[in-house]
Amino acid sequence: MSLRARLTLLSPALLLLSAADEPLLVPDVSQREVEIQYSFTGADLLLFGAIVYPGGKQPKKPADILVVLKGPDQSIIMREKQKVAGIWVNADTARFRSAPSFYAIASSRPIDEVVDERTAAIYEMGVDKLQLSPSSLNDSAELDRFQAGLIDLRERAGLYVERPGTVEITQGVLYRARLPLSARVIVGDYTAETFLVQDGRVVAAAVRDITIRKSGFERFMAVAAEQWPFLYGLTAIALAVGMGWTAGAVARRF
Amino acid sequence: MDLYLPVANLSVNALVIIALGGVVGLLSGMFGVGGGFLTTPLLIFYGIPPTVAAASAASQVTGASVSGVVTHMARGTVDVRMGGVLIAGGVVGASIGVFLFRLLQAVGQIDTMIGILYVLMLGGIGILMAKESIQALVALKTGKRLAARKRRHHPLVAALPMRWRFYRSGLYISPLAPLLLGMATGILTMLLGVGGGFILVPAMLYLLGMTTQSVVGTSLFQILFVTMATTMMHAMTTKAVDLVLAMLLLIGSVTGAQIGTRISMSVRPEYLRILLSAIVLLVAARMALGLGFRPDEIYTVEVR
Repeated sequence: MSLRARLTLLSPALLLLSAADEPLLVPDVSQREVEIQYSFTGADLLLFGAIVYPGGKQPKKPADILVVLKGPDQSIIMREKQKVAGIWVNADTARFRSAPSFYAIASSRPIDEVVDERTAAIYEMGVDKLQLSPSSLNDSAELDRFQAGLIDLRERAGLYVERPGTVEITQGVLYRARLPLSARVIVGDYTAETFLVQDGRVVAAAVRDITIRKSGFERFMAVAAEQWPFLYGLTAIALAVGMGWTAGAVARRF
Repeated sequence: MDLYLPVANLSVNALVIIALGGVVGLLSGMFGVGGGFLTTPLLIFYGIPPTVAAASAASQVTGASVSGVVTHMARGTVDVRMGGVLIAGGVVGASIGVFLFRLLQAVGQIDTMIGILYVLMLGGIGILMAKESIQALVALKTGKRLAARKRRHHPLVAALPMRWRFYRSGLYISPLAPLLLGMATGILTMLLGVGGGFILVPAMLYLLGMTTQSVVGTSLFQILFVTMATTMMHAMTTKAVDLVLAMLLLIGSVTGAQIGTRISMSVRPEYLRILLSAIVLLVAARMALGLGFRPDEIYTVEVR
């Protein structure tokens, strides 16, 4: 992620931090780097931190915490199957310019009890509040249908996750949440955003970056397939011929 | 045992994939076919993206056909000249296949096309095979011998200009006929990840009128080289060949193929063929249902 993009993400947090009488969030994650290796079947990320109130004075009404883990945005084309002449074929399409490849949210209470619709939309709190930036000429009913389809698809793949009521807040100052990373996540820069909400208003926010990358052999394979396709193809062929021939030669001996 | 596939971007149970390769290899050893027609749909069924499935299945067919080609070469049952013409056609066909693949991918109809092609191809060949093997079986039971089919090529083949001699096949025909045949199978190999032996063997027998002895060896010879070319083209264009996936499939299939060959020697070929046609028809029926029934996933996402 570019520096500029990081700054844009940080700016709401910076603005909030500048006010001295506002509380402060000190967040952290269990893993700053997630490595995808041969046995990768997903991971559990622990997002935790402390809420620092000015002067150590906690508000009478307990505040809420929302934690959002987000993957790189993707430009996608969605296709919808319809029955045409007896068979199911891709008929309708819609394009979205910025669909997050991964999105997980955890909150200390159900999201609609913590924030109102408007705030949720502004901060993209909840899978139904994601701003996907449609770029095709579909009417809004169609777009809603496609968006619901995308959410359903990705929720079942473990790529969009909502865990309301799972953020634990200890004695009003320490919070912790666990979010699952599916095995199907793509590599790239992820962000973990934490929001402190008081009376439906976001009073503090902070961001931590997480990098997900393939490592070792898996990284080498993925890079080789992209960078040296000819050698990669040759290897695949040599492997197939070699193994087939060896098996034949071994079998002839018995 | 979970293993992460670096190109497909998901983890699979390695033992399931090896077993899948083993079953396909067993069948390919028993029936003398590549088995790609089973690998691709099964991989898709398991959740592997269709492109990766088709691209990686091709290399499995290469592995499964190597030892067959070695055996047939030693026996002298490969018409290298005929095979060469078929391969030339196959490579051209595969290049056309690349173009079609991209076109269909761009308009979003590749999955449907793969489905329809499977149903038509497997359905047609399966019915033909079933009919023939039932006739053979009836003849076997009643003790009546079937009138030997007269070996001659199709009148259309005879009409083509320029004739070459193919000694091993016992033919004096235009090379354009096997070239076109090779092209058709090349396209199928690229689109479906199948070797094309299904189309090739009956076409060589009934359209070209080749001698039965050289048909299987020559078709394996063609399949070997065309699947190699296809793997390369996939690696260069779609970049969807997953070496880990191919490796797992190969481990299973080369082992299975050897066991299959042993079994095939102790079972009557008539029974083998009727079993094969049943399997083929079953796969075709499953694919047809897949096209007609409401699919599990109405939506698909493609990343640009």
